Amino acid sequence: MARIESLELRDIRKEFDGAAANDGISLTVRSGEVLALLGENGAGKTTLMNILYGLYAPDAGEILVNGARVRIAGPADAIRMGIGMVHQHFMLVGRHTVAENAALGLRGVPFLRPGAWVAGRIREFSKRYGMAVRPEAPVWQLSAGERQKVEILKALLKGAELLILDEPTSVLTDSEASELFAAVRRMTAEGKSVVFISHKLTEVLAVSTRIAVLRKGRLAGTVPAAGAGRAELARLMTGGDVISAAARGPRIAEDAGAPALAVEGLTVLGDLGPAAVSGLSFTLARGEILGVAGVSGNGQRELGEALAGLRPAEAGSLVVAGVDASGRSPRALRDLGMRHIPEERLRLGVVGSMSVADNAVLSCHRDPRFAKGPFLDRAAIRAHAQGIVDAYGIMTPSADARAGALSGGNIQKLILGRETEGTPAVIVASHPTCGLDIGAAEFVRSRLCAKAAQGSAVLLISEDLDEVLRLSDRVAVMFEGRFAAVLPNSGLDRGRVMLLMAGGGEAGRD
Amino acid sequence: MIEFAPRPEPSAADRALVTLGALCSGLALAALAFLLMGAHPGRAMAAVFSGSFMSAYGLGETATKAIPLILSGIGLSLAFRGRLWNIGAEGQLLAGATAATGLALALQDSLPAPLAVPLLFAAGAAGGAALAALAGWLKTRFRVNEVVSTLMLNYICAELVQHLVYGPWKGPSQSGFPYTDNFAAPLVLPVLGATRIHWPTLVLALASAAAAWVLVHRTRFGFELRAMGGNPDAAACAGMNASRTTLLVMAASGGLAGLAGVGEVAGIHRHLTYPWAVSSGYGYAAIIVAWVAGLDPLLAVPAGLFLGGIMVGGDAIQISMGLPAAAISLFNGLLLLCLMAGEFFLRYRPRRRARTSDLSPVPGGAGKPEGKTA
Amino acid sequence: MISGLITDTLSRTLGAATPLLLGTLGEIYAERSGVLNLGVEGMMAAGAVAGFGTAMSTGSPWAGLAAAAAAGAALALIHAFLSVTLKANQIVSGIALTMLGLGLSGVWGKPFVGAPLSARFSPVAVPLLSDLPVLGEALFRRDPVFYLALALAGGLAFVLHRTRWGMVLRTVGENPQAADSAGISVSGTRYACVTLGGALAGLAGGYLSLVYVPSWIEGMTAGRGWIIIGLTIFAGWEPWKAVLGALLFGGIDVTQYLFQDAVSPNFLKALPYAATLLVLMASARRSAGSAAAPAALAAPYRPGER
Repeated sequence: MARIESLELRDIRKEFDGAAANDGISLTVRSGEVLALLGENGAGKTTLMNILYGLYAPDAGEILVNGARVRIAGPADAIRMGIGMVHQHFMLVGRHTVAENAALGLRGVPFLRPGAWVAGRIREFSKRYGMAVRPEAPVWQLSAGERQKVEILKALLKGAELLILDEPTSVLTDSEASELFAAVRRMTAEGKSVVFISHKLTEVLAVSTRIAVLRKGRLAGTVPAAGAGRAELARLMTGGDVISAAARGPRIAEDAGAPALAVEGLTVLGDLGPAAVSGLSFTLARGEILGVAGVSGNGQRELGEALAGLRPAEAGSLVVAGVDASGRSPRALRDLGMRHIPEERLRLGVVGSMSVADNAVLSCHRDPRFAKGPFLDRAAIRAHAQGIVDAYGIMTPSADARAGALSGGNIQKLILGRETEGTPAVIVASHPTCGLDIGAAEFVRSRLCAKAAQGSAVLLISEDLDEVLRLSDRVAVMFEGRFAAVLPNSGLDRGRVMLLMAGGGEAGRD
Repeated sequence: MIEFAPRPEPSAADRALVTLGALCSGLALAALAFLLMGAHPGRAMAAVFSGSFMSAYGLGETATKAIPLILSGIGLSLAFRGRLWNIGAEGQLLAGATAATGLALALQDSLPAPLAVPLLFAAGAAGGAALAALAGWLKTRFRVNEVVSTLMLNYICAELVQHLVYGPWKGPSQSGFPYTDNFAAPLVLPVLGATRIHWPTLVLALASAAAAWVLVHRTRFGFELRAMGGNPDAAACAGMNASRTTLLVMAASGGLAGLAGVGEVAGIHRHLTYPWAVSSGYGYAAIIVAWVAGLDPLLAVPAGLFLGGIMVGGDAIQISMGLPAAAISLFNGLLLLCLMAGEFFLRYRPRRRARTSDLSPVPGGAGKPEGKTA
Repeated sequence: MISGLITDTLSRTLGAATPLLLGTLGEIYAERSGVLNLGVEGMMAAGAVAGFGTAMSTGSPWAGLAAAAAAGAALALIHAFLSVTLKANQIVSGIALTMLGLGLSGVWGKPFVGAPLSARFSPVAVPLLSDLPVLGEALFRRDPVFYLALALAGGLAFVLHRTRWGMVLRTVGENPQAADSAGISVSGTRYACVTLGGALAGLAGGYLSLVYVPSWIEGMTAGRGWIIIGLTIFAGWEPWKAVLGALLFGGIDVTQYLFQDAVSPNFLKALPYAATLLVLMASARRSAGSAAAPAALAAPYRPGER
């Protein structure tokens, strides 16, 4: 495979439904360098790289490899040219072994025992780049960090000379991330190049040679990593706008009776057996926002599901608004005032085949306002849904349209409208702004703050540390199923929180 | 070049058009099959429809056969709405017939008709409901696939009925035939005029269609059923109890088939007999009824009449043209296959492919990779 | 006397197990690629009549067997078209296929009802082993299709787990996106597996009409197609476990002959169906990890769609 000495993107433009995701972007990547693609969610980083990998065809613009114009009609073309990509969402077959996953789509795989053949090469590459994985291990047993290694090895085995890593550290622990950075350095030392997509300043400064900043589909600037200042990068990312801090209303005095939520010794098993949440205890006062920060996979999902009654607790007690709610069904928990904004909106939050109106009462259709005995009050449901549609500015042709036809942001608004209606005792919000554009995300944040101001207690589970720091009254850092620390959010040092997230924290827990 | 694009929401007119188109294609394929069997396709088709819809006698027979089809079809519509693939209407019908016969043999003429007939229907509904709920329980408790379990129960019920009519329930008055004794007079359903239409069951079927429609669209239970069928994970997340809904809807589904079974033994045969005589495949044909009706209980009425007509027509050509009985199963299979193919045109709309460049853009959105570009 | 009974019982068990094994192997392949084909009963019926008719007219049981496989494969292609290309509901499509297959077999088979079959397979005796007492006669002096089915079980297990083809088809059934992005044709793989599954179901039907019974009776498949669907789950989608499942159900079938004087024949006939339910209840225990259904089973693949 020919070395990619330089790869140039010229005036790349791509529109989705009339909105430009990439608007005339030009970039060059050279052999031996790590180019970081920095920008907020929705800045167009992943779209640009999907174009480079042949997943999207650009509406305009051209791609040049070593000075010659090339046409990349699909991933197969990209792979042939030596371009490899590791997506944020891994493309692995859970029941296959590591070796079988690597053998897929690889040229020259023998007909007999393809896995065994490729295992040798995996060991060789693992050693060369310092990424240890066992070729015989079934993928479903691997951690997220190990799965990422498999994805990188897959790309390298296919002969990648230029490797695109899309938000690679979002699933990694601190030590896994430094392992990844070491592997990236070994690759560039061999003359390979790496494009590193991220929205995290710190790691971008740590690993890259050059930093290209995207903002709203355009290239805001390219700076060498050496000597680049955080402030300058932040300015390029945001275009100088200060992100408006969500307005937090006045706090409700905490002394008003029992806490909204008291969790004592909660232990929850994960999907693979061992405890994902172990012996967790905390309380949540009325009107308080407790932010749960942490690298994904440290038990946040299981915690949210257990609080919503979707996952049985092995041990521990749950008291909602002064009432013991241990072991209650999701419905009983709701009746006590527990609301849940689920992590996977499309999968868990709405029934796509039902109307917006039906979805607006999906979890509260039994409420006397909407049901007379066994019968539903259609008019009341429709009026209620129209209220949510109007209040939240949900873009839908009508309340009778299918919910599945709404965009992700509008679906999240619909769920938010449903789950935060009235003044619930507790709102468990799992990654409520994940995947939303900035406007929709700000809207969601302001609603959560407003609910807290009205007296609801909010448990905000989020991987976005900035979001947690901005909204929370207290910050809990979750690590390996426990709270490594619960800290009041005043003058909190960001670096200390990140250290705690990576497991390098004080032993004492609140 | 023609390509297919997903369409957002088919209108009622689209649905009607596609269903009609599918039925016509099914009939055309059936005509072709007749041709291959050596029958004149035009004459065979004419025989099917004149036998079932063009005479007073034929219409009466069509309505008679439509009764069990409508009842079972409504039941299957309910189950399918909740993504519960109850293929056991045949067995549930037999269970209903058996339960009703058991009661009838015990009651004899001890009660007057206004008391006895409702009891008979209640027993049949309970029999069908119990059998279907058993499959529901196996699913919720042991995660046994309901397609397989309901089918197995069909076969088991057929054997049970045979065992009863050849053995313990064999009627001394039936001169050696494997029938139970005939039902006592108060237990026999009245019919309309000279037809075989046992009207109490017909009234029950029409009332059930309306009730099922209300159940699906206007009640809390129907709401949960639609949610479970649309997205079981979201339904669970919203606090709905899938096991409870599963058991209840399976019971309702089987109960309706059980009512159909009562109609057959109390309205037509007046005794329990061979399983294939009690139900000439109504439980399977009801799958087509449910699908033609688009899982709408009200539309199950015309769909049941249509399929009833085809079954009557099938009998007619068997006699007049000497075609084998299996022809009707062939006919049904073709109809259902065409309906399934028609669904494609409800979800996708043909359009002419824009001739831009060969770099046709991949539809955006989920960002799933499209490995190959055509 | 006793040894004769053992030989007879064993021989009947293996005979009853052979079509179940063939059909289950086929369904395992279809389902491993992600397509649920509930039309096994219909494909078997079509295979039975096509095999019988062809053997009658050509005088060759081998030609009959080939025709049986072809008939099953042809019906399976309809299902593949509906479920892979048109992305139809696979459950209802499979049931439609069963109706079609049973209907076709009834119509085609009408002239063959009660006809005696002269073209029969002659038993193949395995040298030396067939002379063993008791077991020799039952195990090693059998129709060639029995050996073919055993060889297929071994071969298909090997292909599934030890070759590139097997890896590809397992990928398609587990994660079609991953297969697609690796340049594998999801549709092509599914068509191939469903067609193979149909051919094997056809063979299973052909075995019934050419070897097991041997004659043509309408409805002779008697729900075996549905038992095969259950056996596929019971076998955990593993070909070698299908051998065990088929033997178990072959044995249950034979109880009908052993106990026919003691119990109502209808109860004996219902036994395999009841056993299927019991076996599925037991299978539910091991659902996680390796014995789970293929992850993409019955889900049509729609690239790039929400």
